[in-house]
Amino acid sequence: MLDNLPFEIEKRQNPTGLAVITVSFLALLGAFLVASIIFWAYGANPIKAYQVLFSGAFGGVYEISETVRRATPLLLAGIGLVIAFRAKFWNIGAEGQLLLGAIAATWVALFSPIPDPFVIPAMFFFGFLAGAAWGLIPAFLKSKLGINDVITTLMLNYVAINLVLFLVQGPWKGDEQWGFPYTNEFSPAAKLPTIGTTNVHWITLVIGVLAAVVIYYLINRTTPGFEIKVLGSSPAAGRFAGMSYVKTTLFVMFVSGGMAGMAGVGEVAGIHHMLRNPNELSLGYGYTAIIVAWLARKNPLAVIVTSLFFGAIFAGGDAIKVSLGLPFQITDVFNGLILFFLIGSELLMSYKINWSGSK
Amino acid sequence: MIDEWVVGTLSRTLAYGTPLLLATLGEIYSERSGVLNLGVEGMMILGAVSAFATAFITGNPWLGMLFAGLAGAVASLVHGFVSITLRANQVVSGLALTMAGLGLSGLFGKGFEGEPLDATISNISVPVLKEIPYLGDILFVDQNPIVYIALAITPVLSFVLFHTSIGITIRSVGENPSAADSSGINVWLVRYLCVAFGGVLAGFAGGYLSIAYRPAWTQGMTNGMGWLVIALTIFASWNPSRGLFGAFLFGALMHLSYRLQPWVAPELLKMMPYGAAILALVVLSFGTLKKNMGAPNALQQPYRRGEK
Repeated sequence: MLDNLPFEIEKRQNPTGLAVITVSFLALLGAFLVASIIFWAYGANPIKAYQVLFSGAFGGVYEISETVRRATPLLLAGIGLVIAFRAKFWNIGAEGQLLLGAIAATWVALFSPIPDPFVIPAMFFFGFLAGAAWGLIPAFLKSKLGINDVITTLMLNYVAINLVLFLVQGPWKGDEQWGFPYTNEFSPAAKLPTIGTTNVHWITLVIGVLAAVVIYYLINRTTPGFEIKVLGSSPAAGRFAGMSYVKTTLFVMFVSGGMAGMAGVGEVAGIHHMLRNPNELSLGYGYTAIIVAWLARKNPLAVIVTSLFFGAIFAGGDAIKVSLGLPFQITDVFNGLILFFLIGSELLMSYKINWSGSK
Repeated sequence: MIDEWVVGTLSRTLAYGTPLLLATLGEIYSERSGVLNLGVEGMMILGAVSAFATAFITGNPWLGMLFAGLAGAVASLVHGFVSITLRANQVVSGLALTMAGLGLSGLFGKGFEGEPLDATISNISVPVLKEIPYLGDILFVDQNPIVYIALAITPVLSFVLFHTSIGITIRSVGENPSAADSSGINVWLVRYLCVAFGGVLAGFAGGYLSIAYRPAWTQGMTNGMGWLVIALTIFASWNPSRGLFGAFLFGALMHLSYRLQPWVAPELLKMMPYGAAILALVVLSFGTLKKNMGAPNALQQPYRRGEK
C-alpha cells in the first residue's frame, strides 16, 4: 500500500540550511496559529492582537528600541547557552546566573571602593565572575559526581531568586527608597549610557555582538571548540582521544554562566539602576534564552537574529498587555508554544519528501 | 510546649508533602516507562487553575479535582505526542510544557485571582483514631481527605510497579524498549499511558493546592514545587515508597521554611528546600554505585522500530 503514495520519504544525513530555515519558519507559523486560537478563546480578536504585537515591536523608533532593549539580555544569555548546549550541558540556570551578575554589579556600584572611571568595567568583570561561579557549581556536580544538570541548574535559580529577595529586603535595602524593597539608586558613574532617550544600553549590546563573533570563532576554529563538539556528541570518543570531560564542562559553564551574569549587569546598570525584586529585574530572560539558543540551532551568530525575534515578542507582548488588556503571561504562552513547535518539527528537517514517487 | 511544636510540625508536614507525593508518584511512572517529563510544574499549575475554576463555577470541589486531573492529562499528552511520536528532545519539550502551562494558567486564571472559594475540600478529623496520643494528633486531626488518598495509593502503586505484570510491562519498556517490542508489547501505548497517568497525578497535586490545601488561586502558586518533584524522583530512585519518604522530608522542609520565620529571614528559609534538593543528590551520588543512580536505561530515549 505504501508503494502507491505519490511521494517517498527519505532520511537526510544532514539537514540543509534551507530545510532548517523553512521548517523553523513553518514551526513559528504553527505556534502563532495555535496562539490565535488562545487569543480567540480569551475573547480577543487574533488579527487585531497580531497587529498590536507587530506595531508594538516595530511600529516606530521607540518600539524598535524596546525590542532591542529586550533582545540584549537574551543575546548575552543565549550565546552562553549555545556553548553549553553544544557540550550537551543542560544549563536551565541562566536565570539564576543572570541574577548573580546583577548582585555582583550592585555590589560594585554601591558597596565597593572602586573609583568612578573603573566602575562600569568592574561591574561587567565581577558580574561575569559571579554568573560564572554560579554556573561552575552544577558543572562541578555533573562532571565530578554525575549529578543531573537540569535539576541543579534549576534549583540554583530558586536559590538565586531568594538571595536577591533577601538582599533587597534585608542588608542591602536602601534608606532612600521609602521602605520599598529596593537598594539605593546607583550613582551616575554606575549607570550605563543609553542611546538618546531610549532604554538601549549600547555597551551591553556591543558586548553581546562581540561575544557572538568570538564564540563563533571559538567553537569553529579552535581546539577547545573542537573538544566541546566532540565531547558533546560522544563523550566516550573524546575521552579516548585524551580530552578532559571535567575540564571542558567547567570551561563551558564558566563561559555560559559568565555571559548570563553580564546580561544581569546590563539590566541593573542599564535599566533599573538598582537591585530590586527578581520578577522586575528579569522577565524570565534566562528561560527565554533557552528558546533563543534552540531556535538559533546552537549557532552563536544566529543568536543575534533569534534574540531580536524574542525581543520583539516581549516588546509586542507589552503592547498587547496595554492595549488589549491581556495579562503579561501571554509572552509565556508564545514562548512555550514556539518551543513546542520548534522541537516537534525537528523530525521534519531530517527527512526529505520526494514528490516523484519513482521507485 | 516542645511536644506541641513537634506534633504540629509533623502534622503540617503531611499537608505540605501531599502534593509533592502525588506528583512524584506520577513522574515515577512516566520515567519508569522511559519518558522524562520536566513539565510537572506546568501540569500542576494547570491542574490548580482548572480545579479552582471548576469548583468556583459549579460549586463542587470534587468535580474540580476531576478537571484538575483531566487538565494534567491533556497537558502531559502534548508532551507525549512531541516526545514519543515526534521523538523530540524530552528535556526541551518538558520545559516548553512548563512555560506554556505557567502562561496559560496565568491567562485563564486572571479572572479568579483573589476570589474567595466556598466549595473547598475541607480538612477532617477521624473519630476514635484521633484520640491516640501524639500519633492521633499528627495523623488524624484536621487533615485533608486527599492526604489519606495519597498515602493510600502509594503502596498500591509500589505493588503494581514491582509485583504485577503491568509493572513488568512498564519497566521493560523503560529499560529495553526494543526487547519489549519484540515480545509483543506496544511500546508507544505503554509510554502514552504512563505519561498521561503522570499528568493526572500532577494535575491532582495542583488541584489539591488550589482547592484543598489553601483554597485560593494566585498565578505561579506552585512556586517551583514541580521542579522539586523532578529532583525527588531521582532521590527516590524511581521507587514509590522511597518517593513517600522524600516527599514528606521535603514537605517538612517547606513547612519549616515558614515555621522558623520568627528566627531566620524568610528568604533564606525559602532557599532551604532547593538547596537541600541539591545536597540530597550529592549525598546520594556518594551512596550509589551506579553512575546513573538507578535511572531506567531508556530514559530520555525516543523509541523507533528498527533502531537499537
